[in-house]
Amino acid sequence: MAESELLSVRDLSMRFGGLLAVDQVNMDVRSGEVVSLIGPNGAGKTTVFNCISGFYRPTSGEVVFKGRPMQRLPGFKIARAGMVRTFQNVRLFKEMTVIENLLVAQHMQTERNLLKGLLLTKGYRRREQEVMERAAHWLERVGLIDFANREAGNLAYGQQRRLEIARCMVTQPRLLMLDEPAAGLNPNETRDLNQMIVRLKQEEGITVLLIEHDMSLVMDISDRIYVVNQGKPLADGTPQEIRCNPEVIKAYLGEE
Amino acid sequence: MDELLYFLQQTINGLTIGSTYALIAIGYTMVYGIIGMINFAHGEIYMIGTYIAFIVITGLAMMGIDNTLFLIVAALLVSMIVASAHGFAVERVAYRPVRGSKRLIALISAIGMSIFLQNYMRLAQGSRDKAIPNLLPGGWEFGGKGFVVNLSYMQVIIFVVTLLSMGALALFISRSRLGRACRACSQDRGMANLLGINTDLVISMTFVIGAALAAVAGLLLGMYYGVVNPYIGFLAGLKAFTAAVLGGIGSIPGAMLGGLILGIAEALTGGYLSSEYKDVVAFGLLILILLFRPWGILGKPEVEKI
Repeated sequence: MAESELLSVRDLSMRFGGLLAVDQVNMDVRSGEVVSLIGPNGAGKTTVFNCISGFYRPTSGEVVFKGRPMQRLPGFKIARAGMVRTFQNVRLFKEMTVIENLLVAQHMQTERNLLKGLLLTKGYRRREQEVMERAAHWLERVGLIDFANREAGNLAYGQQRRLEIARCMVTQPRLLMLDEPAAGLNPNETRDLNQMIVRLKQEEGITVLLIEHDMSLVMDISDRIYVVNQGKPLADGTPQEIRCNPEVIKAYLGEE
Repeated sequence: MDELLYFLQQTINGLTIGSTYALIAIGYTMVYGIIGMINFAHGEIYMIGTYIAFIVITGLAMMGIDNTLFLIVAALLVSMIVASAHGFAVERVAYRPVRGSKRLIALISAIGMSIFLQNYMRLAQGSRDKAIPNLLPGGWEFGGKGFVVNLSYMQVIIFVVTLLSMGALALFISRSRLGRACRACSQDRGMANLLGINTDLVISMTFVIGAALAAVAGLLLGMYYGVVNPYIGFLAGLKAFTAAVLGGIGSIPGAMLGGLILGIAEALTGGYLSSEYKDVVAFGLLILILLFRPWGILGKPEVEKI
């Protein structure tokens, strides 16, 4: 395994009863890349995500992140290792305010010592301050600073999507996994999302793993693309290679 | 005038009982809010809390300590700690291993745990009633020539301690880092976990808090009624459960409100009808709320999660 590989998925399989939803998938994501995972509906893309992020426990195979095996760890430890994700549907804490959503995501960075918290020690206040500032910084970046005290569930759909990305970012991840972030967005919002991902990559050096159906977005921002079909890996390569791959065209469009 | 004073007396009695129901109900509602199960062993945790308070008070009294404040504080602390340990252990032993399975399985596990705890206390302490001394006899009397309203010191203590506990809980939930994590878990446990929150720890903490509050209720009600036996947990648990459902299960303010309403309804029934109808009214209320507003007074209608 090369040194620069941040995430490496080896022979990942996931079985639900009689259904083999993911069959021997291999993936490598290098630091600083934007990698997309595409495939027709029901191909098992989200299941791959669920296995990597610890939402499911894979039936077999390995997930290595920063050189450490992840596949047996609970989700919260995987998140603390620096891998954080969104879901296809918006999963904000809808009854909490926008800012609280960002504070709770920094749970692991905030002061654990209850006594220090009660005594309001300097270290405690400094850390609370940092947490607050980071939350404000990201609200600013996704353009939601004016909505900080609004209940998250009352935001418009596009805003909720942006808040989800901000909530991921305050955890200071190495790898950001986005599951269909453009779903339900209008063309303008999709363009904004495109720019945001590019900026995250350039300015924060963040690595992105993306599931997306919007092909123009995928082709535009991906460094590399993996294609799965019916749970099996079908192809991988640069956007140019994928676009011309006859297998991929067949899987998407059917045979002539 | 007498009519009014009589009503006032019943309301005071109702608020006293109701606030302890509310304390116990919080344990049901918090656990339900986070893992969606009814912890039917919670009433037994309350019973254990009462026993521990009884043991501490009589033990210290036998050693010759008779400072009332010291006795109450010691009994409160020890019973909260021991009950919390039980709450924690019950979750680890009986609920965590079956968490992924169907709801019915967890429910049966809870009922089994309830029977186990009841009998474990029966073996340890015997099944006869034990008397808990009232450390704060007396009270205030006021009223006219006819009916005299009694407000005992014990009732005042019950209000004050309940209010303080609820205030502390409300602050904890709304302000603290763990309280925030707790709310996040009750809204979306899977997501909270994937954001780095140790959800198992939050669940354990919920059981511990619920048990500690039940122990507070155990001490207060034990001193108020003056007796404890291994069977008190069953009825108190059912009443508190009713209170939680009445207020809207999953909602903490709902549990507080439900407890008070239930307490007052019972006291008024006892005062105007017959105390034998108390339970009929309490559980009649449960049936009515389940029929007409199953999500309770302050709860929200549940949207089926797929």
